[in-house]
Amino acid sequence: MIIAMPDLTPALPEIFVLIMACSILVVDLFLTGKNRFISYALTQLTLLGAAWITVTTSTADVTSTFGGLFVDDALSDVLKLMTYIAVSVMLIYSRNYTHVRNLFNGDFFVLVLFALLGMMVMISASHFLSLYLGLELLSLSLYSLVALQRDSAQATEAAMKYFVLGALASGLLLYGMSMIYGATGSLELAKVAEAVQQGAGGRTLLVFGLVFVVAGLAFKLGAVPFHMWVPDVYHGAPTAVTLFVGSAPKIAAFAFVLRLLVQGLPSLVHDWQGMLMILAVLSMAIGNLTAIAQTNIKRMLAYSTISHMGFLLLGFLSGSLNGYSSSMFYVLTYVLMTLGTFGMVMLLSRKGFEAENLDDFKGLNQRNPWYAFLMLLLMFSMAGVPPTVGFYAKLSVLQAALQAGFVWLVVFAVLMSVIGAFYYLRIVKLMYFDAPTDREAITPQPDMTTLLSLNGLAVLALGILPQPLMALCAYSIQHSLL
Amino acid sequence: MSGLPLLSLVIWVPIAAGVAVLATGSDRNAGLARVLALIGAVAGLVVSLPLYTQFDAQQAGMQFVEISPWIETFKVTYHLGVDGISMLFILLTSFTTVLVVLAGWQVIEKRVAQYMAAFLIMSGLMNGVFAALDGILFYVFWEAMLIPMFLAIGVWGGPNRVYAAVKFFLYTLIGSLLMLVALIYLYSKSGTFEILDFHRLPLSMTEQVLIFFAFFMAFAVKVPMWPVHTWLPDAHVEAPTGGSVVLAAIMLKVGAYGFLRFSLPIAPDASHALSGFIITLSLIAVVYIGLVALVQADMKKLIAYSSISHMGFVTLGIFIFNTYGLEGALVQMVSHGFISAAMFLCVGVLYDRMHSRQIADYGGVANRMPIFAAFFMLFAMANSGLPATSGFVGEFMVIMGSIKANFWYAFLAASTLIFGAAYTLWMVKRVVFGAVANSHVEQLNDVSPREFLVLGLLAVAVLGMGLYPLPFTEVMHQSVSNLLSHVAQSKI
Repeated sequence: MIIAMPDLTPALPEIFVLIMACSILVVDLFLTGKNRFISYALTQLTLLGAAWITVTTSTADVTSTFGGLFVDDALSDVLKLMTYIAVSVMLIYSRNYTHVRNLFNGDFFVLVLFALLGMMVMISASHFLSLYLGLELLSLSLYSLVALQRDSAQATEAAMKYFVLGALASGLLLYGMSMIYGATGSLELAKVAEAVQQGAGGRTLLVFGLVFVVAGLAFKLGAVPFHMWVPDVYHGAPTAVTLFVGSAPKIAAFAFVLRLLVQGLPSLVHDWQGMLMILAVLSMAIGNLTAIAQTNIKRMLAYSTISHMGFLLLGFLSGSLNGYSSSMFYVLTYVLMTLGTFGMVMLLSRKGFEAENLDDFKGLNQRNPWYAFLMLLLMFSMAGVPPTVGFYAKLSVLQAALQAGFVWLVVFAVLMSVIGAFYYLRIVKLMYFDAPTDREAITPQPDMTTLLSLNGLAVLALGILPQPLMALCAYSIQHSLL
Repeated sequence: MSGLPLLSLVIWVPIAAGVAVLATGSDRNAGLARVLALIGAVAGLVVSLPLYTQFDAQQAGMQFVEISPWIETFKVTYHLGVDGISMLFILLTSFTTVLVVLAGWQVIEKRVAQYMAAFLIMSGLMNGVFAALDGILFYVFWEAMLIPMFLAIGVWGGPNRVYAAVKFFLYTLIGSLLMLVALIYLYSKSGTFEILDFHRLPLSMTEQVLIFFAFFMAFAVKVPMWPVHTWLPDAHVEAPTGGSVVLAAIMLKVGAYGFLRFSLPIAPDASHALSGFIITLSLIAVVYIGLVALVQADMKKLIAYSSISHMGFVTLGIFIFNTYGLEGALVQMVSHGFISAAMFLCVGVLYDRMHSRQIADYGGVANRMPIFAAFFMLFAMANSGLPATSGFVGEFMVIMGSIKANFWYAFLAASTLIFGAAYTLWMVKRVVFGAVANSHVEQLNDVSPREFLVLGLLAVAVLGMGLYPLPFTEVMHQSVSNLLSHVAQSKI
């Protein structure tokens, strides 16, 4: 019996990241103190190399390998590239922050790379098993990252909560998958879709399974009522890790939802549409209302994330290509804004001081007008006020939902975003209208300043010319979903 | 100069100047920031003048049109153009910006560059609102102009500025977002965001009513109409003088302009059906808010309420659907732009010296500031609608128009001639005339040359428009009759 060697080309970036992660693990053993920079540089090189491989191996067609477990299409290439960028930016922003907190070591980099590998697998999965595998690799790395600050009780508590609830969600997801497997007799997304189309297994069983799958997804996205872990994890984890948890994994979660619901269960669209609608309405309402009451910026941003996930779901539940590409646009711009915002939180932190409270932003305009301006752009973008990119993100999902006929849902979303505007405005108010309480000079590393400026200006530039990114999203969705 | 993209220039020259001013940085370069800001504002005015001189008054459609693709995914275009309705407001905006820069010349001492930049950028954005012919482009300018205003009130405002700034922002945002829903709905029906295509889009009565109310929320808040006017007195009282001037002179007009560009042509049947409702609200504003103004003890608050009352005239004129009413409304909008700006600047002149806006703190100012008193008196007369001032022309035309529609509309509207005179002149009497009230008034100095220039320019405008309004009305005539004939046709 000859076992054919699977085509490895589509999975080359994953293989490269895996090899590099293992090498860095080994190399880091021999490094001490100042040499740690080598691990950091190697990690950045890994990201660069992975990006290079992804670009060079990218084709316009959909190529499948490993017997239908793994797929390489335009969507996966674009999302992976965005993930590399997000991770790389995160590493640059957190270099100084992790350094002064003794987190700048091999564990951090290797865990980040394994989490990245998990995300890449999720993005490229076309099978229940590979989806689950990627998700678990990501989740386990994230649990450990949250607990990385070993002597912090808060971080440990957050990690425990995250782990227990995450394990529960994984269980739900697996249970749902097993139901669908029972009904359709397949784990491969394309075959599942075909079987459901032909009416295999009976609707009751399928919808029963679907409920569990959606619950699992909602947990991973952090949508209400499966959001309990989000504020605690955002608050408890070191800010560098919070930035990581809040940025790149959202791209993977987007891919996860897209693969599972849109590619795997398209015939059940009317069933999952209803479920997503409940999640979206609750997320937008509870996320926005609760965020108002927060005094800690990390918690506030956690609730703001929840509400953003509600908006993201609006695109999905419209059930059209236009809707999916608007969701994709939303998630990419969301990641851009999150990177900048948490970058700013880290910028204001220094050795022995965490800029965690809203009051730490007081009078930033007087301390440094440029940073205040960048934060202003980010906050207005989060609130969805033009001419920032956040506006187009909201516009595109609202437009998709309205075209699907959900007029009242759109009106509700719009009213919720007014409530959202209130707490973003409060940050602007603190920065511009109040006098500073903290007069310590802000001394960031130059690479971070440059990147943070680019990050903030990108929010404005994409707000003035959003077309390229929109077209990219539409292109990758159209060439990957039929 | 005809080859130049004039409308792009009137939008982007002030914004570019604003960015340049911002780049001067801290208050060590305040002098440079001031000069740059003045150059930018004057340049903005210069590039907007050809809009008037090259305007073809015989043509009803859009002129100076610029169109290029912007966001292909949603078929959004960068589409600019002006007609007789919008052109005057661009001139008014550019003119007001020069005054605002001059008025803040010495008064603003902290963060000068940011102050000047905020107003220059705001000026460009407001020009964009008047010139935009694409729904999304309009919306972007409409929302974006909130940001500099929010900062202007919050950073340079009075003691209760944070409350006023946040109230201003959220109040306007909620209306705007409903308008956004209406725009997206129109897009889903027509497949484009072109405003002119929306005008031709057939819509059922239910759709029209819903769309009308969505737009109404956005525009009524901006105008502001009773009962959604409560943000305005707060914003005016707390805002720095420049902020009050821009708010009263331009931002309120944006709401009325929205009715003309969106509500009426897109939902003509709903506009007719609901005109009674709008007229009622307008008359309440004219009469009731006029009475409210009478009892104010704070000068800025009094002028703010007077603005609401005058804007009631504008919405009344728009919704009686005849030429007199509509042209009267437009004249009133421009005239109110001059007069309210002048009134707020006068209060600013007093406030800079005495740091009080309370009427009770003044008395006998004319004894110490005779030139100022003359200006103040002139603008007060214009505010109460004295013939030969611009205030008279608009009010008279609206009253003429409303007599044609219904005698009682005209009767109630005309009451403003009494109330307006009462609250304005009573305030002037208490502030300017009489014996010198206290030692602070005793030490007042009359207007500086800079203040004289600012008030003088406005006095020329107010008198010019009052004595010879033809240059203003002739350019709007074709566009107004075109709009009225469009609105007269049912879209069902």
